[in-house]
Amino acid sequence: MSAGGNRMTPNPEQQVDIYRRMVRIERNDDAIRQTIKRGRLQMPYYSARGQEVIPSAISAQLNPDDTICTIYRGIHDMVAKDMPLRPLWAEIAGRVDGTCKGKGGPMHLTHPESGVMVTTGIVGSSMPIANGLGWAMKLDGSKRVSIAYFGDGASNIGAFHEALNLASLWKLPVIFVCQNNRFAEHTRYENGTSVDQISKRAAGYGMPGYTVDGNDPSEMYAHAYEAIERARSGEGPTLLECMTFRFLGHVFGDDDKYMTKEEKAEAMEKDPLPAFRARLIADGHATEEQLAEIEKKITDEVADARDWALEREFPSTDELKRDVFEAEIA
Amino acid sequence: MTATTKMNGIAAFNKALHIAMEKDPKVLVLGEDVADREGGGVVGFTKGLSTTFGDDRVKSTPIAEQSIIGAAIGAAIGGYKPVAEIMLMNFTTVAMDMIHNHAAKLRFMSGGQTSVPMVITTLTGAGAQTAGQHADHLEAWFAHAAGIKVVAPATPADYIGLTLSAIDDPDPVMIVMSMMTLFGPMEVPDDQGPIPLGKANVLAEGSDVTIIAYSSTVLTAFQAMPKLAEAGISAELIDLRTVSPWDRETVLESVRKTGRAVIIHEAVKEHGVGAEIAAVINEELFGELKAPVRRLGAPSCPVPFAKVLETAFLVSVDELVETVTATVK
Repeated sequence: MSAGGNRMTPNPEQQVDIYRRMVRIERNDDAIRQTIKRGRLQMPYYSARGQEVIPSAISAQLNPDDTICTIYRGIHDMVAKDMPLRPLWAEIAGRVDGTCKGKGGPMHLTHPESGVMVTTGIVGSSMPIANGLGWAMKLDGSKRVSIAYFGDGASNIGAFHEALNLASLWKLPVIFVCQNNRFAEHTRYENGTSVDQISKRAAGYGMPGYTVDGNDPSEMYAHAYEAIERARSGEGPTLLECMTFRFLGHVFGDDDKYMTKEEKAEAMEKDPLPAFRARLIADGHATEEQLAEIEKKITDEVADARDWALEREFPSTDELKRDVFEAEIA
Repeated sequence: MTATTKMNGIAAFNKALHIAMEKDPKVLVLGEDVADREGGGVVGFTKGLSTTFGDDRVKSTPIAEQSIIGAAIGAAIGGYKPVAEIMLMNFTTVAMDMIHNHAAKLRFMSGGQTSVPMVITTLTGAGAQTAGQHADHLEAWFAHAAGIKVVAPATPADYIGLTLSAIDDPDPVMIVMSMMTLFGPMEVPDDQGPIPLGKANVLAEGSDVTIIAYSSTVLTAFQAMPKLAEAGISAELIDLRTVSPWDRETVLESVRKTGRAVIIHEAVKEHGVGAEIAAVINEELFGELKAPVRRLGAPSCPVPFAKVLETAFLVSVDELVETVTATVK
């Protein structure tokens, strides 16, 4: 199924904004990997390098009070949602100035001011909770939207099916965004998923489902626009299957032998970042200098966040007793 | 004298929901069959609520436990106070990820930025011949998980008081409703207010031995009391009311006085809540105990169907009397 009717295309300013978000994700990802490599950061890291377009094209159309529920491979979703980088870095470094005082870490970041409500380490569980946020938004009478990010592997867990059914039944303002990077951990798509397109599953739940080129900013923008409009106007949820490819293994440092050299090379050749950069210049939406300036600013922002975070204190062990319940535990 | 009305646990819980929903428009109810169109729940827990408060606030759900708890978690983070019914406690196993990994942990993992002020209600208990997959008492599972409180009322008045507190609590609370506690009518004060979570109720004072019970076994212990008195044993009876966090202070104070303790629960004895209570009593009062702390619970087998087996599965009044008597001698 493809989006019909009038396609909403991002204007030049929005395109540059999408690019800015993509660069912020890529630089941040690069810095995290470098910092781990140098032994200055110890964390399990699930890189989303290659998947920059999806949350960038979506977030360019969201307000701060629209929410996202994302997963352990979700730092790109948070960065795209304008989470400030200093507390993000402090959190992944386990410092007290992190968004969660160092108690959540890279797989459990939360930052309500940016709309990042839940980051989960359990495959598929972002979706039932995103429904609840959507239900609250509906009860509030607001026009906010709730985004659930997940991977292709998550579409095989029961929670996906339960959540789509409920969201459709209750006409919730939820957008289910599957970032189909073609691998569920180490398992190739076709070895774990019974349909050739996850979007086809939407039909089983009475909602529109689209398979989108998740590496094409304009196409991604247009489909997100339609889904967001649908949600805001009370018409209910949409499933977007966004085709992409992760450049790296499941977890940083893993032996990605389950990917072929050819497919990796092909994906990297189609790296959405330089491709979009070239297109912005070719279309006359930005100059080389303008983009270089944006990139420089982001590189500095990321370096600042990293340096700042690594200087922060670790949490005191008293934190073990706090936030289990509202009242401190004995 | 406060006016009272005779009602059973189901009516009492229903009354508590009416009070809470009336008081706070943020209180929601969701679960399988909970709306009046579906009959207000299989045993009528939620009767009248959707008619009074509307279908937006009282929502029947598909049979999909993960999505029920997930929706409650999201709504709670989003500023509401959902009461999510999981029809039977065995079905909480289907939603374990949502309960254990999310509801119970989101406050901690977010460093206190989000909280999950939701209630999970769930029915269970042997005695109705529902057998293996409809009657387990799994409270120890949840008591073992940090971040969720577990309440187990025994009387209709407590159903009102503990439910009101659970709904008002800023954190997730599970209310375990045992079959045997739901159908017997008792007098309930008309103005029954909230009963604090984490506080036990001393139902009878005594000097020889402390009986620690909760949920259905409070009723078992109640029936044992006259027999113990006949045998010349002065037993103190404590209803824990809240299984987690449990009221150490009241329990230890009582056992310090009597020097003896017998813990009784319907759940399987091995690795059960009684083991925790017994361990703490031993740690705190070792030198003062006049007898080893005893535990009574079900054998490590699934709840059986045949009446004769189901009856044998449960701790009987006589078994409790025998154990208490043996402890005192």
